Amino acid sequence: MIGRRPATPWLFVAPALVVALVFSLGPFVNTAVLAFTNATTLGGGTFTGLENFSRLAEDERFWQALRNTGLYVVVCVPAMVTLPLLLALLVEKKIFAVGFFRALFYSPVVASMVVVGLIWSWLLSSDGLVNAALRGLHLISEPLPFLTDADLLLLSAIGVTIWKGLGYYMVVYLAALANVPREHHEAAQVDGAGAVRRFWSVTVPAIRPTMVLVGTLAAVASAKVFAEIYVLGNGSAGPGGQAASIVYYIREAGLGLGGEAGYASAMSLVLFFATLGFSLLVTRLNRREESL
Amino acid sequence: MTPALAAARRIAGRTVRYLLLLVVLVVLIGPFAWQLSTSLKGLGESIFSYPPDLWPDEPTLRNYAKAADTVPVWRYGLNSLVVAVLSAVTNCVFGAMAGYALARMNFRGRKLVFAAFLGTMIIPFEVIMVSVFLTSRSLGLVDTLLGVVLPTAVTGLSVLLCRNGFLNLPMEVEEAAMLDGAGEWQRFWRVALPSVRGTLAVVAIFSFVFAWDEFLWPLIVLSTPDNYTLTVGIQYLSGTFTADQRVIAAGTMIAVVPLLALFFALQRFFFRGVGEGAVKG
Repeated sequence: MIGRRPATPWLFVAPALVVALVFSLGPFVNTAVLAFTNATTLGGGTFTGLENFSRLAEDERFWQALRNTGLYVVVCVPAMVTLPLLLALLVEKKIFAVGFFRALFYSPVVASMVVVGLIWSWLLSSDGLVNAALRGLHLISEPLPFLTDADLLLLSAIGVTIWKGLGYYMVVYLAALANVPREHHEAAQVDGAGAVRRFWSVTVPAIRPTMVLVGTLAAVASAKVFAEIYVLGNGSAGPGGQAASIVYYIREAGLGLGGEAGYASAMSLVLFFATLGFSLLVTRLNRREESL
Repeated sequence: MTPALAAARRIAGRTVRYLLLLVVLVVLIGPFAWQLSTSLKGLGESIFSYPPDLWPDEPTLRNYAKAADTVPVWRYGLNSLVVAVLSAVTNCVFGAMAGYALARMNFRGRKLVFAAFLGTMIIPFEVIMVSVFLTSRSLGLVDTLLGVVLPTAVTGLSVLLCRNGFLNLPMEVEEAAMLDGAGEWQRFWRVALPSVRGTLAVVAIFSFVFAWDEFLWPLIVLSTPDNYTLTVGIQYLSGTFTADQRVIAAGTMIAVVPLLALFFALQRFFFRGVGEGAVKG
């Protein structure tokens, strides 16, 4: 350890610490305070106790946003835990051109969600390629309203989220697969275990912590969904805003002229504890793993 | 199993694997290809035909010019570039400074500072965005590019990655510099910083891509169309001005091609970053 003049270390951490305090920790405290007031974006606001929360409990739009977000998490988590793992197994072997495939599979991750959303808006529009293909296969006679029906919009957004995230979690899994000891595979092979058997008895137990981690990351990311719904809905959340997520509703209620900052902050706290719950779940699951 | 049979099985396995790879490739890259193709098709060519025609008969840049006529798309590109470069620089410089102090200096309150950075990592931006907006407004940052950058100018993840980079560095080099009488700042700037170039590259690239792709915060903090970044700008283009898919496709290509080029040039840093970021984030 170095450092004699007492001020020096503080000069080193100062810029980062100021940003952390002004743009993250401070606003967090402010959010926790505003949640118990009737503040608007114009300022002011007085303490109103739990009123925002009792209002939330009766706000049909909030419950709908909560249900939509819950559906998002419930569909995305199993999809993200399994599909990228299969993809990782596909590109794990060092065969010819595999690096090329890995890189291309990662491209949707690099692109902005707005770009991805607009690309899929075109594909899923009523005269887009997906409807044309379904019609070409005689599966439908009328185009499906992927973007104009609230339920289909939500499902489309979920599909786009999964499509965009596959490559990311594939890379996370590749790192985990590389750490599975070769000897375990070889020993199982000597015992006559086939590829499928080895996957279940060697690979899965070895990468289980990574699967839990991926599930958590996917859960937290899904709980915060916004851009997919906004872009696919062309700046709305479907007819009547029925496909809104929590973040969508927070932005709608809390920002803009006369936005109810206090009410939106109460929603934000609910979102925070949901994401925190997902994160705590992972540490518990992994700790239980270690004690087994 | 005879050797011939084993070889046949291996070849069959390879074939199936490559076929699956191609199927996934079509699913994941096909949409980009279709968008690129749409952006290059002239008005005389149908974009609605089925089966789809991926290859434009007469490729034209008309749609790109049209996009640029409708909204100031090059201006948006410049705004995005300013935001992304600034974010990469501040995350590297300030993240490295803080990371260095946390890794190499002993001071009262070090654990508390470290905990503060970890704390920022469990607070999702979406949770605090209303308050961050109120703060930004009272600081006069609304509708400025600086206002877009500042909230993520130094993230907890950047500090953490830099700290780990310095911790993995052998002390001997810096001790030698200390004997030479180099001051604290010189030791950091001349000796330690160049030794963690790999980490800095990861931090720079991830900050750049994050800032380039970010949508929600610029959408909130920017209000004058001239100040929009590309993500907000192309959504504005498609949401407000045109239903012509060719023009929208051209806009999305302008937003995504520079980034894909960057990615293919610097792939290994991306993959390294995901490994480090996911494990620690």
